Amino acid sequence: MAAAVALQGVSKAFGDVYAVRELDLAIRDGEFFSLLGPSGCGKTTTLRMIAGFEFPTEGSLQIHGVEMALQPPNERPVNTVFQSYALFPHMTVEENVGFGLRMKKVGGTEIAERVKRALDMVRLSHRATAAPKQLSGGQQQRVALARALVNEPEVLLLDEPLGALDLKLRQAMQTELKDLQARVGITFVYVTHDQGEALTMSDRIGVMHEGRLLQVGTPQEIYERPTSRFVAGFIGEINLLPATVIDHDSVRLAGGRLVAAATGVAPGSEVTVALRPERLELYGVNEVIPTNLNTVRGRVTRRVYFGDVFFYDIDTTDGVIEVKEENRPGVDLHEIGEEAVVAWDPAASTVVER
Amino acid sequence: MGPGGVDGRGAVSEPGGAAAARSELEDAARRAEARRGFLIALPAWFYLTLFFVIPLGIVAVYSFATRSSTGRTVLSDWNFDSYRRLWDSLVVEIALRTLLLALATTLICLMFAYPLAYYMATRRPALRNVLLILVMIPFWSNFLVRTYAWKVLLGSDGPVSQLSQALGGEPIRLLFTNTAVIIGLVYGFLPFMVLPLYTALERMDWSLVEAARDLYADGWTAFRKVTWPLSIPGVVAGSILVFIPTLGAYVTPAILGGAKTTLAGDYIVSQFLAARNQPFGSALSMGMMLIMLAATIVYFRWFRPSGRDL
Repeated sequence: MAAAVALQGVSKAFGDVYAVRELDLAIRDGEFFSLLGPSGCGKTTTLRMIAGFEFPTEGSLQIHGVEMALQPPNERPVNTVFQSYALFPHMTVEENVGFGLRMKKVGGTEIAERVKRALDMVRLSHRATAAPKQLSGGQQQRVALARALVNEPEVLLLDEPLGALDLKLRQAMQTELKDLQARVGITFVYVTHDQGEALTMSDRIGVMHEGRLLQVGTPQEIYERPTSRFVAGFIGEINLLPATVIDHDSVRLAGGRLVAAATGVAPGSEVTVALRPERLELYGVNEVIPTNLNTVRGRVTRRVYFGDVFFYDIDTTDGVIEVKEENRPGVDLHEIGEEAVVAWDPAASTVVER
Repeated sequence: MGPGGVDGRGAVSEPGGAAAARSELEDAARRAEARRGFLIALPAWFYLTLFFVIPLGIVAVYSFATRSSTGRTVLSDWNFDSYRRLWDSLVVEIALRTLLLALATTLICLMFAYPLAYYMATRRPALRNVLLILVMIPFWSNFLVRTYAWKVLLGSDGPVSQLSQALGGEPIRLLFTNTAVIIGLVYGFLPFMVLPLYTALERMDWSLVEAARDLYADGWTAFRKVTWPLSIPGVVAGSILVFIPTLGAYVTPAILGGAKTTLAGDYIVSQFLAARNQPFGSALSMGMMLIMLAATIVYFRWFRPSGRDL
């Protein structure tokens, strides 16, 4: 079966500035796919090309196997939830939701029925005759969702739809969106710069940077097996230690320490060892450490208490390493100024380019 | 410090007393605010009263007075004679012609101005400002002078006529016709239509148009269903800014129009100056104002079915 959305060699230039470069991406039918990246990375331009608001300068864009690169938006089987919601201020909630069906010349009774069902789905039937500006931000958000979903699009495009909401509401809407997607079974393409949002909601994530798609994978793959320094650094907290490759399973850290790590690049290459703070353990200098672990010795320079966890900064000859330790009984506290040993399983580290 | 401390009777006081003290403070603040507002508006109040309210009152009073046989206005013997004359066929004809011409001018202005304003509002911000200045350039020279320039252009030996003759046609004399008056009025009032339309379109949230396109509307339908309704406030403001002054236009029809194209403005002036009939001239003025008021009200009502803020 053809991918819900397939982009091949897609580039978009505005003048001589490339917003998107040579993008290849296949979004599977029925999946919740997130495009993640900092602002200006090209994720919104990519979404707008799928919607039809921008046309690619080069490349092919197919929706369920049909070439759509140059089709106007009204001829594409996709609908968009805009960042600003873009609800029509001169129409009521139900008129907004029914707009697409009216444009498609659906019969009046069917429109009424489907609008009602869509409003039920987002729990806003009681505000059907309200004007958009009478609704709260979260309600407007749900109207925008209903307005798009009522058309039963093949793909739903969402452009940072939760960006304007406050934290509590955003978290509630994340769950609601994910549930909704599972229920309607429509392919969601979700643009966000919020890595937490992308990790919790997506089936797969595509990370973009400077117009290029760097990595596509499940949230776990993206978090635990970043293939580039940018992806490693952009998602979650991470220690990035400069090192030189010795052979296929060991590297020498900048401070001279030899540690085990799967490398996959030629000996002598300058690389970065990426270590998640929660994958590190902190030992006292006199403790017995399992021999299969990598160790680096240093001094505790900072300890921050977060309730459920402690964050430590350990100053070592290989750089400052951040360690996250759970606040559990049996886990020793380390004082500032104390010597300590940072230890990790070689499998927990990832080697990426310098 | 709690709210009770405000009244100065100590740190602890009854909540009721505190509330009373607070509301007294609020009242005082409101009064001070109103006083300040009045002071700020005072020069304008003074000006408007002296040059607008009082003259209008005089016109209203004169409209019920009597003209003596020598053309003096007799301020006694109040009557409705001048108002009765408003139903003379000549007056009705002039009024209808004026209305028609004002409507035509407004519509033509709208037709020219809307695409221009749309074009301007969709340019880069830097270019927008340049275009705005270009639209306002005509204001740099006097309206009367510009109208005389049209007299030259539209005359029987003017360039329009010369061009027609050069192409082997008849000489065209537009001057002293209704067409000339409309050309002059459209020329004069076009910027007043462009500016409010531009403001309305410039403030447009274009993602709404994208949303319409996304919801299967083609370009024209998206314009009809979204852009146009959302620009109505600009259309109303521009139309009123053109329609009302055109109703009372005097200079343009006086210079470009002929004897057969007398408009209300012309006619009122002639009553005051040539016919020396101040009561009738005043009644005509009052009638015009009523028509303008009615037109404005109808216009606002007509374009505000959905209760949108204008």
